[in-house]
Amino acid sequence: MSENPEQQIGRLKPGPRLRAALLVLPLMAFIGVTFLAPLANMLVRSVYDPVVADALPETLERLRAWDGQGLPGEAAYEALAGELLKAREDRKLGQVATRLNRVQSGLRSVLTRSARRLRNVDEGPWSGAMMNIHAAWGETGTWRALREAGERYTSRHYLNALDLQRDSGGSIVPQPEDRRIYLTLFWRTLLVSLGVTALCLLIGYPVARLIAHAPPKRAYLLLILVLVPFWTSLLVRTTSWIVLLQNQGVLNDMLVFLGIIGDDGRIAMIYNMTGTFVAMTHVLLPFMVLPLYSVMSAIPRVQTSAAESLGATPWQSFWRVYWPQTLPGVGAGSLLVFILAIGYYITPALVGGSTGQLISNMIAFHMQSSLNWSLAAALGGILLVCVAGLYVLYDRLVGIERMRLG
Amino acid sequence: MDGSDRPYVEYRKVSKSYDGKSTVVDGVDLDIRKGEFLTLLGPSGSGKTTCLMMLAGFESLTSGEIRVNGRSIQNLPPRKRGIGMVFQNYALFPHMTVGDNLAFPLEVRGVDRKACRDRVERALQLVRLEGYEDRRPSQLSGGQQQRVAIARALVFDPELVLMDEPLGALDRRLREEMQYEIRRIHKTLGVTVVYVTHDQQEAMVMSDRIAVLRDGRIEQVADPETLYEEPQRSFVARFIGENNRLHGKVLNVDGEICEVDVDGEVVRAIRIAPCQAGDPTTLSIRPERVAVTPEPGLYTNELDALIEDITFLGDYLRIHVSVCGTSDFVIKIPNIVGHGALLAGDRIRIGWTPTDCRVLDPETEGEVV
Repeated sequence: MSENPEQQIGRLKPGPRLRAALLVLPLMAFIGVTFLAPLANMLVRSVYDPVVADALPETLERLRAWDGQGLPGEAAYEALAGELLKAREDRKLGQVATRLNRVQSGLRSVLTRSARRLRNVDEGPWSGAMMNIHAAWGETGTWRALREAGERYTSRHYLNALDLQRDSGGSIVPQPEDRRIYLTLFWRTLLVSLGVTALCLLIGYPVARLIAHAPPKRAYLLLILVLVPFWTSLLVRTTSWIVLLQNQGVLNDMLVFLGIIGDDGRIAMIYNMTGTFVAMTHVLLPFMVLPLYSVMSAIPRVQTSAAESLGATPWQSFWRVYWPQTLPGVGAGSLLVFILAIGYYITPALVGGSTGQLISNMIAFHMQSSLNWSLAAALGGILLVCVAGLYVLYDRLVGIERMRLG
Repeated sequence: MDGSDRPYVEYRKVSKSYDGKSTVVDGVDLDIRKGEFLTLLGPSGSGKTTCLMMLAGFESLTSGEIRVNGRSIQNLPPRKRGIGMVFQNYALFPHMTVGDNLAFPLEVRGVDRKACRDRVERALQLVRLEGYEDRRPSQLSGGQQQRVAIARALVFDPELVLMDEPLGALDRRLREEMQYEIRRIHKTLGVTVVYVTHDQQEAMVMSDRIAVLRDGRIEQVADPETLYEEPQRSFVARFIGENNRLHGKVLNVDGEICEVDVDGEVVRAIRIAPCQAGDPTTLSIRPERVAVTPEPGLYTNELDALIEDITFLGDYLRIHVSVCGTSDFVIKIPNIVGHGALLAGDRIRIGWTPTDCRVLDPETEGEVV
């Protein structure tokens, strides 16, 4: 077949296309500044942390010669004492102590106390003096932690995010059981996202079909009904679920009033996984309905009639003729909902309680409370890889060019 | 069944109304014989597609009955009627190959894989698309898609095939080619075909019989020749081929022949519609049955006319004349008079025999087909 005329025109006249591309430039700049740059920054932060290395360069230089067994030589103590005092003067000690504390908890106070007391020590031997100030300086682990924290480029945060660590020999081992939290959260996030996607598809597919095949006037009304919640603030929608689902909420009150449950048997429907599921499904439903609607409204109704006239039962007509043609919409909607769900934050935070928290809530915690941005970045990085992997998978299975977002 | 005389499809007083007030199909009675190619012909809004859809089962009847093979089919869903259907825009399944499209009606009937392949192959042979099994509909031209749609409607050997303006989306040349193609397929298989179109020429080419519809009623059912030569209603006369119309008043009736006063001239014509002296009426004369008389007295009906315009069309001439107070009168004569023999502005004498001129029902003024 020959090329269609539009393609030919597009190829023959580059002028207008170039001008059209210029219109996109502001958006590209905007995306670069507000999206790509911070993203790159965070990804770098997850593997690169120069604070300790910059504050204690000489100590780390001395430690390089150390074999990791026993204690380092006097020179290392001397260098550290000097640099700790300097860091204290430069007001950088706090940052250094925080990072050391993340490698081995308890080291924050060791460092701050040592720096404070070292002011009164004038001469060596420094090793004896420091061990006097705090016994930790006589332990091999402290120095190992110091050396580890001093690495500019480190996989530590990623290992940490996957509940792994390096043992004294440097090989990768699982964290002790009581410190494993992230893998569980990743799994939970994945399962919740899959569940919410499946629920959205289950609820959204019939709705989209109804709208796509309704007469124009009714379709318009139904579409508005889908979109109104979409336009309403996320917070408002989430809090209305609290009103509905909480222990003294509308639904429980009604059940008690109808005598279905007793007053003391009120069902916990919120501040747990149920709450997260219900609220997230509701919030994300339009993202499933709209791409489905777009694909479905492009399927001529006569296809169903044709299938029927050829002898197909309604089920055969749906499964063999209708469903396969909606797959691009199913793929687009599912991908959209899943990707949004996997990074969902506000809704689980508000209605998830303790069992309904997802990985994003942990990322937020590290960003805002513990200020361990490197770990937050590593968690985010893993999430990003998951989503990108899913995108590639979708491309292989369905083909990204077939995706119809609406 | 009960005798071969019994029509295969019977419409009995079939009516359809969507709102309970206006009727789309109004008391249609129609018999379709087995193996026949019947065309429902009419302008848009005449109810022809609705008639077809009621037979297919996609529209319900408001009243009346449709029987196929003597059995009433109102309560059967479309899939149980065993009727092949070709839709206006083909309605091929875009996600399936041509082969899968054709295999679909067989698979849902539980035909095994091998038999399926054979029948698909045979159906493709029938429409001359051998070797196209693995193409997608989007890779085919419009004409090829149409052939696939026809093959798909035939592959499960239905006894009745319905076609709803299947050639509407094709260009002229392809449409003509497909008309003969469909006719050939019909002859080869001997299935009963009910065909819907608004194109009278298409109907003439393909049909054994044509039912002309207007405003939900059947005006006339006949084979193409009868329909052309002997229209019973002025609507049919106008709709099938070209026809000149003269409006006048009946002067007297003498058996088969009437005398009609048309703008002061007396014209003798054959009576079709019942009428009596004093009734208003419409006369219809085919353009090719009107002659330019070289000398007076050759024809019973002779009138003076003024040539308004002449169109040269190679093998014949189309002459627009003013006659009897109308300027909308066309004469078609074979090109034997030679170049320059007739010119616009010439006064000529035209004539025709009474049997070529038919007295029909008076037609409402200003009606447009």
